[in-house]
Amino acid sequence: MREISLHILDLAANSVSAGATTIKIEIEEDQATDTLLVRITDNGKGMSPEMITTVTDPFVTSRTERKVGLGLPLFKAAAEACNGSFSISSEEGNGTTVEVRFQLSHIDRMPLGDLVDTLLTLEVGTPEVHWIFWIKKDGKEFYFDDQDLKRELGDLPLCNPEVIRYLRSIFSEGVNALELI
Amino acid sequence: MVTIKSLEDLKKMREEAQRKQELKSASGKTEIIVGMGTVGIAAGARETLKAILKFVEEHNLDNVIIRQTGNIGIDSFEPVVQVILPDKEMVTYGHVSPEKAATIMEKHVVNGQVVTEYLVNI
Repeated sequence: MREISLHILDLAANSVSAGATTIKIEIEEDQATDTLLVRITDNGKGMSPEMITTVTDPFVTSRTERKVGLGLPLFKAAAEACNGSFSISSEEGNGTTVEVRFQLSHIDRMPLGDLVDTLLTLEVGTPEVHWIFWIKKDGKEFYFDDQDLKRELGDLPLCNPEVIRYLRSIFSEGVNALELI
Repeated sequence: MVTIKSLEDLKKMREEAQRKQELKSASGKTEIIVGMGTVGIAAGARETLKAILKFVEEHNLDNVIIRQTGNIGIDSFEPVVQVILPDKEMVTYGHVSPEKAATIMEKHVVNGQVVTEYLVNI
């Protein structure tokens, strides 16, 4: 995977699998500290200390269909190759936070990629989750919490064409205004 | 803080969508499921889902339900898309590129014809 946005999709899928009902995705570009931060916080089932220590090992997964999980170790390796860091804090029953930092200007840092598509995929493809997207760059920010939208929509599905169009315009405007690198 | 557009916009969008929805018959909806596990994403599932959403937007399909799911368990066929027409069995497609997704949407979802050449044969 050569896009941070695709890794975000993958991490969020882990949160969904962990039974999370609220998932917050934060992305922050800070030129002053030359950092790109990605933080995903969920209220899923969490992990035991043993699980946390082994979860970034490519030969561990909690899935049952396949025995080898690669998403987390790949993202960790990508961050560490760019003067970055990777950390997980989690408590069983209390959710998980994954925090990944990259050196923003690092030559090998993968591009953020198509963030709008990732946000749209998450919101429309997993409507049962309460999503919060918070994207920050050098003091500017785009904050989206889907609760108002869902309240207004009532029983109208998020995959309704009008709703997709609406979400796409919100996400594009919000993300493009930040001029992320 | 930039937040969602005005509540007024949101209400207008909702009313418009509901008006259109009421014009259609209340028959069952077609379910479209896209596998979004690590392997699916790496194989291009987001672009596949994007093509499906584009088709839904462009053709104003409001009788479909789109869902993403984790690993479907047939990694070598990712990206995998499953279609369930109302009261029909689930059909599983493999190696679904954005182009194939558009074909599946047109032939299967809209016209009810299974695209046999894209089916997963296990």
